[in-house]
Amino acid sequence: MDAAHDVKKEVRVYLMVFAALAFLTVVTVLVSRVHLGLAGNITVALIIATFKASLVAGYFMHLISERQVIYALLTMTGFFLVFMLILFLGSHHDPITGSVYYVPQTVSHPVH
Amino acid sequence: MSSGTSSSSIYVLPHTVEPNPETGLFNAKLGIWLFLASEVMLFGALFSSYILLRVSSVNWPLGSTILNIPLGTLNTMVLISSSVTMVMAWASLKMKDFGKFKLYLGLTLLCAFIFLIVKYFEYSAKFHHHLFPETSTYMAIYFTLTGLHGIHVIGGIIVNSYLWGPGSKMWLDQPERFTNRIEIAGLYWHFVDLVWIFLFPVLYLL
Repeated sequence: MDAAHDVKKEVRVYLMVFAALAFLTVVTVLVSRVHLGLAGNITVALIIATFKASLVAGYFMHLISERQVIYALLTMTGFFLVFMLILFLGSHHDPITGSVYYVPQTVSHPVH
Repeated sequence: MSSGTSSSSIYVLPHTVEPNPETGLFNAKLGIWLFLASEVMLFGALFSSYILLRVSSVNWPLGSTILNIPLGTLNTMVLISSSVTMVMAWASLKMKDFGKFKLYLGLTLLCAFIFLIVKYFEYSAKFHHHLFPETSTYMAIYFTLTGLHGIHVIGGIIVNSYLWGPGSKMWLDQPERFTNRIEIAGLYWHFVDLVWIFLFPVLYLL
């Protein structure tokens, strides 16, 4: 009986999270139309996306009250994810010519 | 194996309902999180590729000039709705309401099909305008990321259809184990939603 009551309370939280996600989706689209500069628009969009993802992970995937072993697993995953990202971005750097970033000389991608 | 042990007791899966004392979780839950960790690395590699391709390009198009923002927004709403119906399906089983479970999981499947239908129309429009993966680096990464995500949606549909249909018979004799199965399927489905939450602004809006 208590467990069912707890779940009923959780259902209210799920509906609030759903409303927040829908609202933030509209905000994401509207903010993208405001000219904040490319870096500004990317930063704002990714902050909103990260917040939305946190809501999904925290409440729908119950990460807000999960076992220690899951947190340890995700921490390790996060570490390797960041490490991989650094490896990718490191390939953008040219170690032969020094600390100069590679810049494409010709436009080879037609834009439509 | 002792000769006195029956074959059915030998092959019983351990910790399908009761937590494993070593982890505090039933085994399938640890399994799905390990799988999702590998999925994070898979999509992480592709997102890293996207960043590398974009910063290496002198002429990267704005997604909003090529893709259909209203359709992308609609699909985002559809996927968010499917996530909430998925978690409601699990909550319904926790409240011992099998009828509502069928309704919510059915709605989740409906949302998944709507998502794919919208994606089909989007892809068709691109092909109609002669925009293919080989057209540009942007289109290549767009089709790769959304295509892989679409395959994950199809995978979710297959699993959820089984659990909605023949797999739901487990509720009659092993209700707790079936509830755990729905939780596992839900974790996968929420991850698919989570990936789209990043794909939408990155590909459509920026």
